[in-house]
Amino acid sequence: MHDRVILWSLLGAVLMLLAPWGLLQVLPVNQAQFWTANILGRGIVFGIIAMSLTFLATYGGFISLAQMMIAGVAGYTVAVFVDGAVPRIVGGFGYAVAIPLGLLAATVMGLIVGAISVRTRDIYLLMITLALAMGVFRFIETNIAWFNGYEGIRNVVGPGVFGFDFRNAYVFYYIALATAAALYFGVLYLVRSPFGLVLQGIRDNPRRVAALGYAVGLHRVAAFGVAGFIAGCGGVLATIYNIGISPGSIGLGASVNVLIMSVIGGLGHPLGAFMGSLVFTFFDTFAASIYDRERFNTLIGVVFLAIVLLSPDGLLGAGKRLRRLLGGANAPRP
Amino acid sequence: MTLRLTRRSALLGAGGILAGGLSAPAIAQRAPIRLGGLATLEGPFATGGQDGFRCIQMELERINSTAGGRRIELIRESSNAQADVALARARKLIEQDNVDMILGPLSGAEGIALRDYSRTLTGKTIVNGSSGASDTTLRNPSPNFFRFSTDGTQWMAGLGNHVYRTMGVREVAIVAGDYAFPYAQVFGFNIEFCRAGGKVTHYWAPLGTTDFGSQIAQINRSDVGALVVVHGGTDGLAFMTQYAQAGGNKPLVAGSIMADQSMLSARGPHRRVMTGMISAGPIADVIDDPMWREFVERYRRRWLNEGGFQSPSIHGVNYTTNLMGILHALNAVDGDLSGNQVAFQRALAAAAFKAPTGAEVKLDHNRQAISDIFVNRIEERDGRAQVVAFARANAINQTLGTPEAQFLALGAPSRDNPGCVPAAS
Repeated sequence: MHDRVILWSLLGAVLMLLAPWGLLQVLPVNQAQFWTANILGRGIVFGIIAMSLTFLATYGGFISLAQMMIAGVAGYTVAVFVDGAVPRIVGGFGYAVAIPLGLLAATVMGLIVGAISVRTRDIYLLMITLALAMGVFRFIETNIAWFNGYEGIRNVVGPGVFGFDFRNAYVFYYIALATAAALYFGVLYLVRSPFGLVLQGIRDNPRRVAALGYAVGLHRVAAFGVAGFIAGCGGVLATIYNIGISPGSIGLGASVNVLIMSVIGGLGHPLGAFMGSLVFTFFDTFAASIYDRERFNTLIGVVFLAIVLLSPDGLLGAGKRLRRLLGGANAPRP
Repeated sequence: MTLRLTRRSALLGAGGILAGGLSAPAIAQRAPIRLGGLATLEGPFATGGQDGFRCIQMELERINSTAGGRRIELIRESSNAQADVALARARKLIEQDNVDMILGPLSGAEGIALRDYSRTLTGKTIVNGSSGASDTTLRNPSPNFFRFSTDGTQWMAGLGNHVYRTMGVREVAIVAGDYAFPYAQVFGFNIEFCRAGGKVTHYWAPLGTTDFGSQIAQINRSDVGALVVVHGGTDGLAFMTQYAQAGGNKPLVAGSIMADQSMLSARGPHRRVMTGMISAGPIADVIDDPMWREFVERYRRRWLNEGGFQSPSIHGVNYTTNLMGILHALNAVDGDLSGNQVAFQRALAAAAFKAPTGAEVKLDHNRQAISDIFVNRIEERDGRAQVVAFARANAINQTLGTPEAQFLALGAPSRDNPGCVPAAS
């Protein structure tokens, strides 16, 4: 089963690798570029953040609403320290320093969120992570000296990579894709390691795992740290994609969007995060063209409802369902 | 996984069809100009965004959607007053819908985000909608970003001098929201008032404050000559209600979004104290100018029965002013956008025309409007409270007449830098 997933994932990665070329064959140049950067690229970036949520949910059973905030911490750290950002808060560092700092900050923030919420579960975990996210959001929104308040920090243009400009749609896309692939296969590897197995044990029965002698709390906090790092990667990419960051990017709406992406895709496997974020990004971008411009949010809501109603475990579940319907005997058991 | 493949290809197919439909060549001899309209139809400024689109539509209907001999096609997009959302929508307009120019956005942080985005474009132009942050054009301006509307600091021009000279007030208390837009407005007031010799005490409150009791108690106990209120929306309503209930009786002066129909049409004790309040801004309900009277009349005829306001909103007027700048330039170059829009942008920079309020508009070297600001008083007219313009400050630039280097040296407005510099320094 696991090898098949790897095989399919690799196929998916190759497909995404060829997608920009394919788009160029069917669309005019500027639209192909738009699809590459702003549908696929943006989808992948938010998929990374959503994957940090599905990683916790799938393997630990923790649903955290703080992941977008943690991504924002990474983005803000980069914006605060990097040279060229407007306004200059600290500045003076290149991207080679600022980005690792951002990832470190996100990992630490993930550990903090994990530590604070270590004794809660289910709806209480959801509430405490939401409260932390909103707390940080309000703090950043009202703090002028460090975060420039409501207007945020602009002009985070991204580094040059091997002589290529980050602002080029294709450079951005392939960096996002490479990051996503590395994190995705990293997660698949991690959950088969002893740490990942203990994590899944905690999900199924924390008391039994504790009785076996494992430190349940420590594993939980570490899992949040890993998720924090993943979200941080997404946050850095999102900040560079948006040429800066403002509190709106980490507010309630953004946090809930990440949860919606995860649910649309399905919480059964990290792959769901990317499927969900691509579908979400597509409708978020084109709903206004497809449906009435003043009420296009209705369409997004209806699509979300339809997916959740027809397939409670998201697109992933829908895939399995379809295979069971079509394939009969050789279909995998759920 | 198989599903993913089919879904993806389905999406691509759908996208292809969509794109094909959008980019079909026009039959007419000259293809239409594609104008992307970006305003907030969601979030806190949704009503302002709707009014922006109302006024754009009205103006396009008036000119039969034709300028410089070419048809204008409007493609609408909506954001929610968040910078990243506005940026995503602007990218969609430019890259997917292939618009020639964008008219928008509505709010301050969005404006700065689009200014940065416009710098990465060639052969495309962004003309502001109604965003009023001064840094959008004052610091790090972009060659592709034009603003024919005035900013939050400019809107206060004439108010400080009026309070000091005409009202004879030497010391005021300022209550203001603790975020960027009020900073800009307070800055604009203080520049004049402090230079004239006035003294100021500030009372800041975060956006969303509901209890102003302690501030009001301090203000009523102090012997300041007037109270300047730079709140807006629900904060403004809460402050004025509590001020009226506490028996406040100081002369009132207000920021540009305080003296507004949204405040005046709400019921409550605040209306009693607001009569006679002085304010400043780019519009008023009543301006003694034939052009404005005609505009208001047309607006009411077109929109009063379709959800419009009694009188066009500040956002509607700003969108109209910026659209007029575009139309003016299109007529000047005869609809010619070739050569990466160089000629068109030059025409934009040189445009000089009259805004719907009758105010003269022209641009400075940062492509920012120099225009007229009105000093207003709230009066009872026709049985309802209206904002009536009684004075007009002509050709106000972004630095309120201060030399630009000197103005920039004052730093960006903030709660620690409210612009109160006496004339001597």
